[in-house]
Amino acid sequence: MTIGILSSGAYIPRLRLARRAIAETHSWLNPALKGQGKGERAMCNWDEDPVTMAVEAARDALTGRDRSSLTALHFASTTFPFLDRLNAGIVAAALDLPDEASSLDIAATQRAATSALAAALAGAGETLIVAAEQRRAKAASPIEMAAGDGAAAIVVGEGEPIARLLASATHTADFVDHYRTAESTYDYQWEERWIRDAGYMWIVPPVIGRCLDRAGLKAADVNTFCMPAVLPKVANAVAKAAGIPDAAVRDNLHAECGETGAAHPLVMLVAALETAKPGDRILVVGFGQGADALLFEATETIARQPARLGVKGHLARRREETNYAKFLAFNDTMQIERGMRAEVDKLTPLSAMWRNRETVTSFIGGRCKVCGTLQFPKSRICVSPNCNALDTQEPHSFADKIGRINSYTADRLTYSPSPPACYGMIQFEDGGRWMMDFTDIDADQLAVGQAMRMMFRIKDIDTQRGFRRYFWKAAPAAPDAGRA
Amino acid sequence: MPKGIRDKVAILGMGCSKFGERWDMDASDLMVEAYAEALADAGIETKQIDAAWLATAIEEQHVGKSAVPLAVALRLPFIPVTRVENYCASGTEAFRGAVYAVASGAADIALALGVEKLKDTGYGGLPQRGRGTLNNMTWPNLSAPGSFAQLAAAYRAKHGSAPQDLKQAMAHISVKSHDNGARNPKAHLRNRITIDTVLNAPMVAEPLGLYDCCGVSDGAACAIVTTPDIARGLGKRDVVAVKALQLAVSNGLEAQHNSWDGSYLATTRIAAKRAYHEAGIENPREEINLIEVHDCFSVTELVTMEDLHISPEGTAIRDVLDGFYDADGTVPCQIDGGLKCFGHPIGASGLRMIYEMYLQMQGRAGERQRKDLPRIGLTHNVGGFPHQNVCSISIIGSLGS
Repeated sequence: MTIGILSSGAYIPRLRLARRAIAETHSWLNPALKGQGKGERAMCNWDEDPVTMAVEAARDALTGRDRSSLTALHFASTTFPFLDRLNAGIVAAALDLPDEASSLDIAATQRAATSALAAALAGAGETLIVAAEQRRAKAASPIEMAAGDGAAAIVVGEGEPIARLLASATHTADFVDHYRTAESTYDYQWEERWIRDAGYMWIVPPVIGRCLDRAGLKAADVNTFCMPAVLPKVANAVAKAAGIPDAAVRDNLHAECGETGAAHPLVMLVAALETAKPGDRILVVGFGQGADALLFEATETIARQPARLGVKGHLARRREETNYAKFLAFNDTMQIERGMRAEVDKLTPLSAMWRNRETVTSFIGGRCKVCGTLQFPKSRICVSPNCNALDTQEPHSFADKIGRINSYTADRLTYSPSPPACYGMIQFEDGGRWMMDFTDIDADQLAVGQAMRMMFRIKDIDTQRGFRRYFWKAAPAAPDAGRA
Repeated sequence: MPKGIRDKVAILGMGCSKFGERWDMDASDLMVEAYAEALADAGIETKQIDAAWLATAIEEQHVGKSAVPLAVALRLPFIPVTRVENYCASGTEAFRGAVYAVASGAADIALALGVEKLKDTGYGGLPQRGRGTLNNMTWPNLSAPGSFAQLAAAYRAKHGSAPQDLKQAMAHISVKSHDNGARNPKAHLRNRITIDTVLNAPMVAEPLGLYDCCGVSDGAACAIVTTPDIARGLGKRDVVAVKALQLAVSNGLEAQHNSWDGSYLATTRIAAKRAYHEAGIENPREEINLIEVHDCFSVTELVTMEDLHISPEGTAIRDVLDGFYDADGTVPCQIDGGLKCFGHPIGASGLRMIYEMYLQMQGRAGERQRKDLPRIGLTHNVGGFPHQNVCSISIIGSLGS
């Protein structure tokens, strides 16, 4: 048996903020932003965060796979919504993973994901590594321009990998290019030229050298080099110093996505795997207080990976956003008037949430053992008017079903962080229905009969207590349903 | 099948406050305004009332819980008083409590009063509120217009109606109700509007615009009921009696089972059939002279015409546009302006509808009086959402008719 990457997936939010919208707003203050106002950056919808993106990336990676064989879930991010509540635990529940699988949050550095990947490859069992990032940035800051929101997921373990691990190496250094503390909302960053020269250039090439030595390969044997860096051309300079051909340097997706922070090494790796041919050697580097280097070789299995959206498909699932104010509002960067309807108490009774975790977090309904009727949520008495049997419901998941819109509206009265609130009755062909919120849809796309898939999203944000609750929403099923 | 309450209970007196933005009135003031009129109309004293029912739906905005606020406002002499809440059917539920008390013989004279003071929220529209612990976690943050608007999407899909035809009929409904409200001194909205006003109004919840939505009002309405014998003994002639009171409540079928297509109110269809049976009505389109339905939104009124089995399914648009339900039509609907223009103080609305029936049947409806006195009238409330709701229907008529 070989250890390696068994499957990969990604998630990039559908909304893409045109950078020129940022530049046009702020160039009065910082004329340098004008030159950066090109391309677009992925931005979370109001109801997305690292947890929801992680769930979607994981579902993408788990396409066609049996989840019951997973023994561990590692979730890497520096922007976890919860500081003391296992974020991986939310993801595990949404994915309905076996509860004997271990779960771990890995945080506090931009190389959290590569470290998680290296640790999982060194361990036993089948591990799902998921990385997601939603970096907060001050308005008019360089990071606001450079960053993008996104997630990637990789399953590693023994079996028939799509890419096997050849070698890895790491290096720890308390090199503080930027930092964020429990007291600060935003990053504080040092001079970019120093980060390049004293950071990347000094730390990374030796780690790559050690990794290649362990693999018994030369730098010229690397076909694809994935190293995120928000500074332009740093990856090329590092490659040159390490002896890797410039043609191997993988585009960092700056133009269409932006740098997804701790998730970005995996986002780039997943994108590389999507185009890799058997035998291709992919070197991925994560940089942050040192560096990780992992060298993979694609196998014959890679061509047989079941179809999924991945990075490419999610980038195609796109809607341009030119309204920068929306980005500021969604990220709470700007204090806006939300109206008195927003004042309704959003308290989540934690005991009730726990009791109803299958319904709320896992989107599990019921199937009647007597009449076979599917229903959501599960209940003691079957909903079918011809049955109404007592205590006959067995758990039945609705998360991966495609439903159709039975009725809909676009509501401008009710409170929504992104009006109009689109919602309606979703009907599942084999039984079951629910009045659900819609997401990632525009009001003029609503139609009776439209196919919708289920996505795990933020349901409400309790600003009074700093809590957020999650539930499932319906989004257009067609990957190309997004538009410019 | 039970025999029902046809002609067992008579309306002794009724009252209704002016509906609207009653900035200078508390809920207790509105209660007294409706009660004073009802008491004078009944010709009795407070001490003759044996039991009372209070209806409020959003009590946290005004009087708070329990029946105490009614007992205090009216200084009821330590009699049994009960508060009921059943969404927008609350007013009719209070009436049902009082009527059943008299029908059972437990009370000789009983009172039902509904009140709502909605204009202390600080914003327009119904108050935004929670739906219960678990529902808050899984339901959309749906508003009343947002939930009822969906009837339009499903109705169009089922009947292949062109969006503009449906919208035109909905606009006709609102224009008609504004015409009627203009002739009602107690109505909240008394301005006449045109089809264009409706069609060009700002969108609230697709496809419902501002003029497809009823008013949110302060107000109270009150009924005093007794037996027909006592009513006659108190000198009442042309007694108006209760013919039927029915209630149908969703059991989760529409919300969870795919047998409902979303284009109609399942509860209304069931409650209407039961009410016609109780009242001995075989052909509602021919036998009913006047209707007051729950026109919270224009599209609700439209589908209700079919759900009450008055317009055959798929023909409501035609009947509406033909003027069948206009004030001078065959079966006037909302001759007092309806929820749309009389207003919608939730707990009071069901009783307000019965008040209009009562006035019309006695020829006391003033400028809006139907020339041929109606003999059989129907009122209808629906509370909640099309996919999960409470529907109440009452049939009122001259005793013996």
